[in-house]
Amino acid sequence: MSRIEHNMSLTGEAPAAINTQQKLASFLGMSGLILLLLASLNINFPNKTLWLSISLVAIFGGIVWFARAAYSHTHPGIKNDGIWFKSMTNRGYLAWITGIALTGFYIILYFYPEYLGLRAEGDNTGLISLFDPLSKLLSGNPASQWFVYGTLYTIAIAAFGIKFLWKYRHNRYEKLRTFSVIFFQTAFAFLIPEFMSRLNGEGFSLPYYDLKNIWPLNYYNFEQYRVDDFLSAGTIGLALLLFGIASIFIITPILTYKYGKRWYCSWVCGCGGLAETAGDPYRHLSDKSLFAWKVERWVVHSVLVFVVLMTTAVVYSYLGYDADKYWLNRDVFLIGVAVFLTILFAGIWYFKREELEKDARYGAIGYLVIILSLVGFHYMSGQNLFLFNAETLRQAYGFLIGAVFSGVIGTGFYPIFGNRVWCRFGCPMAAILGMQQRLFSKFRITTNGGQCISCGNCSTYCEMGIDVRAYAQKGENIVRSSCVGCGICSAVCPRGVLKLENGSRKNRTISQEAVMGDNLDLLDLIDRKSK
Amino acid sequence: MKHIVIIGNGISGITAARHIRKRSDHRITVISGESDYFFSRTALMYVYMGHMKWDHLKPYEDWFWDKNRIELKKAWVEKIDFDNKELFFSEGDSMNYDQLVLATGSVYNKFGWEGEDLKGVQGLVSKQDLIELEENTPFTKKAVIVGGGLIGVELAEMLRTRKIEVTFLVREKAFWNNILPLPEAKMISEHIASHGVDLRHNTELDKIISDENGRVKAVKTTGGEEIECQLVGLCAGVRPNIDFLRDSELETDRGILINEYFETNLPDVYAIGDCAQQKKPIGLRKPIEAVWYTGRIMGETLAQTLTGNRTAYQPGNWFNSAKFFDIEYQTYGWVWPKPLENEQHFYWQHENEPKAVTLSYDTETKKFLGINTFGIRMRQGVIDGWLNEEKKIDHVLANLRKANFDPEFYDRHEQEIFSSFKNNLQEAY
Repeated sequence: MSRIEHNMSLTGEAPAAINTQQKLASFLGMSGLILLLLASLNINFPNKTLWLSISLVAIFGGIVWFARAAYSHTHPGIKNDGIWFKSMTNRGYLAWITGIALTGFYIILYFYPEYLGLRAEGDNTGLISLFDPLSKLLSGNPASQWFVYGTLYTIAIAAFGIKFLWKYRHNRYEKLRTFSVIFFQTAFAFLIPEFMSRLNGEGFSLPYYDLKNIWPLNYYNFEQYRVDDFLSAGTIGLALLLFGIASIFIITPILTYKYGKRWYCSWVCGCGGLAETAGDPYRHLSDKSLFAWKVERWVVHSVLVFVVLMTTAVVYSYLGYDADKYWLNRDVFLIGVAVFLTILFAGIWYFKREELEKDARYGAIGYLVIILSLVGFHYMSGQNLFLFNAETLRQAYGFLIGAVFSGVIGTGFYPIFGNRVWCRFGCPMAAILGMQQRLFSKFRITTNGGQCISCGNCSTYCEMGIDVRAYAQKGENIVRSSCVGCGICSAVCPRGVLKLENGSRKNRTISQEAVMGDNLDLLDLIDRKSK
Repeated sequence: MKHIVIIGNGISGITAARHIRKRSDHRITVISGESDYFFSRTALMYVYMGHMKWDHLKPYEDWFWDKNRIELKKAWVEKIDFDNKELFFSEGDSMNYDQLVLATGSVYNKFGWEGEDLKGVQGLVSKQDLIELEENTPFTKKAVIVGGGLIGVELAEMLRTRKIEVTFLVREKAFWNNILPLPEAKMISEHIASHGVDLRHNTELDKIISDENGRVKAVKTTGGEEIECQLVGLCAGVRPNIDFLRDSELETDRGILINEYFETNLPDVYAIGDCAQQKKPIGLRKPIEAVWYTGRIMGETLAQTLTGNRTAYQPGNWFNSAKFFDIEYQTYGWVWPKPLENEQHFYWQHENEPKAVTLSYDTETKKFLGINTFGIRMRQGVIDGWLNEEKKIDHVLANLRKANFDPEFYDRHEQEIFSSFKNNLQEAY
């Protein structure tokens, strides 16, 4: 707490916290949650279908009712009154309680699913068994801890998505984006994989596959059991495997070129979906300091290097077990990876070197040297690829990044660090898309001449911690690798200064020099636009 | 290396300091008694409403000043000895300068109303005003705001977020009708009222009535009505903050008098921002401009002069923006509340949403003169080009789409505006 803040005596009378309807709605939602809690304490509900339905409907209904009571009587427009006065959204007591509860839930989910009722032998008990009826309805199989999580996750995105729709009902960009994340979560992440597993039978088994979950976010997509499943499932399996590869090398680059990484991060992605809906009340908690930005760049790109090493090692290791089964052999694969990374690096260096900051250049060189020397070391010495056993690397990644970073910290700490901690500091997919966005995309946030009053709403409400104002007040367009294109900076701007656009790449980052020499040449501008 | 001292750490003074540093190695000192660091004055309201915290108002992190060798001194300047180039502070110490930049900003107007100095009567310009408001409002159930301008409507919005009943006294027959054409002013008036503000048009303040403790308990309007309140917001404009310079050899009128190079009557003394008054107004602009971006332009221009490139103030085409509760307003070029001679206004309003456009053009030459938009964002670069190239109104209407700056997927109204304009013209013939 700075001294100034203390002097502002800003603990003044905050607006009355919640109205009667919101209290009733909270009661409804909480009672749904309590039912789930009772189930995890092994209270055996007589009619699981009925009690599960009651619980889920109560949670969903509670959230939607709460949102309606909060926003329906208000004017369409920005709804940030009192955000920094409320315990829940200003790291107060409620925020800590919520953070601790969420973190605890994630720890149990990832590391102690037996407390949720997962049984290696025999029928599930507790919470997981409560979800059996729904799981059987969808896939025909009993529930797992992941099914419970998936169901709750989908309900959270849908219900808080509806809340978000009410909150931003004046803004069609926000509405369409939210419909999109609700749809992709419900259909692609939740329903389709469940239905797909109904197709599984004798000698035909597709892995659980959320089609929009692309490697390296989906870091396990090319592990042996999945690749074997794909290959054994005939044309469909092969098509899915190829789709997984094409997603990385063809589909994502094209879409990111045209629209920026927002097409994925704030329209499609499940992590982004939760952050934009359930996490929306915490978006202003992100750290905007220059220091945080530096940490972000090093950490997120390190995770990317980690996942590349890990995946290479894992694929390399199983290519060796059964050389006849795969058309690719170890050496072709490994040298292929090295050549691809070298060409990619050389291309960026040749065409885009000027656009890279100094530390980005050092980082890029450093990481390339490390990867190539590890490959070289392996050939020279016959040691394990990348020094560690592939399985060790895989487990370490799964634990550190897959579970602790993305789940426990990324989501559990929403109320403390903000809603995009994982996306900003940890997600390797975001790192790849970010590089594409920074260097090869038409997307930018345009700054409107000299209208900026440096108020800071844009920076405050940027969930990725981008200091948007620093650009806007200079009349400079914003082209940042971390921007997920949520559009909130543009929405909260009181002076209409910011606009998300896909435009010509020429002069994408140019500053309009809005202040001095205010006089823009229109023809020149039209010229530029038509190119 | 000369020592340039800047009094005032608002947008004008800070912009000057930053640009002097960019262009030179001079020693720079910025003096402010108001706050430790530069902050965005325009965003004071958001701190009160809980949208932001104080720290968010600071456009630069605290290490920025040290790194850029801009020395900050927290003090109030009490007196200036221009002959010996020395400043005297209220704490008793002093400081010498080689060149002095006065960027002392504004204070809110008081017009000698009875009771204007009572407790609970205040304006909203400085950080201290905001702190005072925080101290005043816990006791406040009802407030009266005097003066229908931009700060008035901001204060109304702020108080409404704390569920305080607001009566808003406006001299004009619709909100800001001294600046906005009547149909627009009426639309804004309706919107303000829809937020639960008791908006009184054609009403002025007569006097402020005290309770037994010297705190406001009511106001009396010129119509003789008494309105109970625990807070009075004085929002009838601002004036240059130059009282401490009044009895010096510095030439002042309402503000510090300057030429287009920001030079005062004294050598090595300059004035920029809200406190400065142009001897000869630039174009149709007012001689005193209390606007964020003009402060920025002045600071940047003066930095050129102080670093050896004497440059005149050229603010370009007039533009501005504001937000009235939920309605964003932008203006480019000149749209007067009543068309001047040889001017014509064309007005379009959305049938049910608070969106409107006024286009002003020359009746004779059909030259495009300016545009006001409400609820629709415009692209400054495009409109600025039209104004510079003296495009005609038909060109503007036909190309209005190019100037739209609304977020993606928003409804577009150019077609409707175009046909409405055409129909209007046809009816006129």
